[in-house]
Amino acid sequence: MSLREGPFQDLKVPLGWAAAIAAAVAVVAALALLLSDRRETMQAQAYGAARKTVDAIGGPVSGVLAAPVRWTGAAVDSVGGYFFAVSENRRLKQQIVDLQAWRDQAIALRNVNARYEALLGLRVQPEVPMVAARVIAEARGPFSNTRLADTGSEHGVEVGNPVLSERGLIGRVVGVTQGASRVLLLTDIASRTPVLIDRTGARAILTGDGGPTPRLEYLRGQDPARPGDRVLTSGDGGVFPRGLPVGVAVKAVDGTWRAKLDSDAAPIDFVRVLLFKDFGQVVDTAKLSASAPPPVTPGGTPVAVPTPPAPSTATRSPSPASGGGVGSGAAATPHPLAGEGDHAKHGGGGKPPAPTPPPPTPAPAPTP
Amino acid sequence: MSLFHQAARPLNPLSWIALPALLCVLATILLGVPLRLWGLSLPEPVFALVPAFAWAVIRPSVLPALFLLLLGLFMDIFWGGPLGLWPLGLLAAYSLVLANRAGMIGQSGVVLWAWYAAAALTAETACLLLSMLDAHAAPNLVAVLWQYLATAALYPFAHILIQRYEDADVRFR
Repeated sequence: MSLREGPFQDLKVPLGWAAAIAAAVAVVAALALLLSDRRETMQAQAYGAARKTVDAIGGPVSGVLAAPVRWTGAAVDSVGGYFFAVSENRRLKQQIVDLQAWRDQAIALRNVNARYEALLGLRVQPEVPMVAARVIAEARGPFSNTRLADTGSEHGVEVGNPVLSERGLIGRVVGVTQGASRVLLLTDIASRTPVLIDRTGARAILTGDGGPTPRLEYLRGQDPARPGDRVLTSGDGGVFPRGLPVGVAVKAVDGTWRAKLDSDAAPIDFVRVLLFKDFGQVVDTAKLSASAPPPVTPGGTPVAVPTPPAPSTATRSPSPASGGGVGSGAAATPHPLAGEGDHAKHGGGGKPPAPTPPPPTPAPAPTP
Repeated sequence: MSLFHQAARPLNPLSWIALPALLCVLATILLGVPLRLWGLSLPEPVFALVPAFAWAVIRPSVLPALFLLLLGLFMDIFWGGPLGLWPLGLLAAYSLVLANRAGMIGQSGVVLWAWYAAAALTAETACLLLSMLDAHAAPNLVAVLWQYLATAALYPFAHILIQRYEDADVRFR
């Protein structure tokens, strides 16, 4: 006996109410998902399996769709290059002349800088390895600004790695899977990046809002910025190395300071993923603690320091906003090297620490 | 079988729900291509608002809410946004149309376009407020406006869908 012939044959389902109830249930489910979402954190586990699966499948699909666009762009560039070769050649010659002065200055400054580093025994930033990738999909709406790059965990990309175009910083990796990485752009509403004004050293937090020019928030001090000032990453928080180019400061019509991004000057097709690890993440605390610190008094005996248990793996700060993580591993170690403050935070662990200068010997007594 | 029974036969969910949803997914992927012409990026309209509006106008049903939830989740994942944002935006627009569909049935295309624009505004406003709560920051209103205009321009697709299926089930005229 079918349902239509049974006792429920006269039952009429109020479809309007049923549709409303279904919508209400869907709203509750979506609300629960929104409350549990933590995409902007730097925890790898926050990037769920569903996102990884879609990225892994959508990466190749978007790559295929992006190929004709890429070919068209290359063809247009070729035609433009043919017709504007003379003016381009003239412009590039002038640029070479301008850059030669900068090159000479850079060589001189590098030489002086290396001498200072040697004299002071500074531990400088290590060479950061990088991975090149192609952007295959992008989201440019007001509520999410991300890009999908065609490199992933197989090349050592990790959550938190900074990503640059040939012009400057564009964001950081927030999700990694095999063959694809999700990059949260500086313009995304969830993006917070510690930056500094190069001229004054004033710190700020670059806060995305879905528009092309993110805000410079928490800018303090007397005349901290002027229009055109260079904005660089400050390295605070340990997520980004210090000194990556971000953009220039501009004043918005509402009086707030914003950054005009360097990366916005050209299409972002290829990117570099910096496999950056902060000093606090690469430091081997066991090795640091194994060497005895210098004696407190000249000629004294070295102080014995209890060796803390070595961490199994380097951990990463969950969020730059938390304030921890930057060199926190080193700071937590009871060792004199841990007290190197800002430089320990931004420096690297690639080079061995400079030898501790010997204690000053007392001057010999004058002989009569 | 009488003519009445033929007209009252339920619509095939594959044709009026699943197929438009699939087309929205494909259009979203296609517009995700990183193309920039003369310094300008492609717009990023919300294609899923087209079926969200049309489904509510054609007839009330249980399935559209589920499909809107799935479509919104796909958009959140594909665009890398917070999970649950666009399902709520789409469902807000769908609920608005569903609650007022009695006043829309039989209206001209211009009036329906105005209703569609109101639904799109509802979705964008819901996403704007939810984003502010989620990220503790205000999204750029100009960017929101651009997305709203690009989405509002998609009404002709919703009109095609409505014209195709609104007479399929006369019980809901």
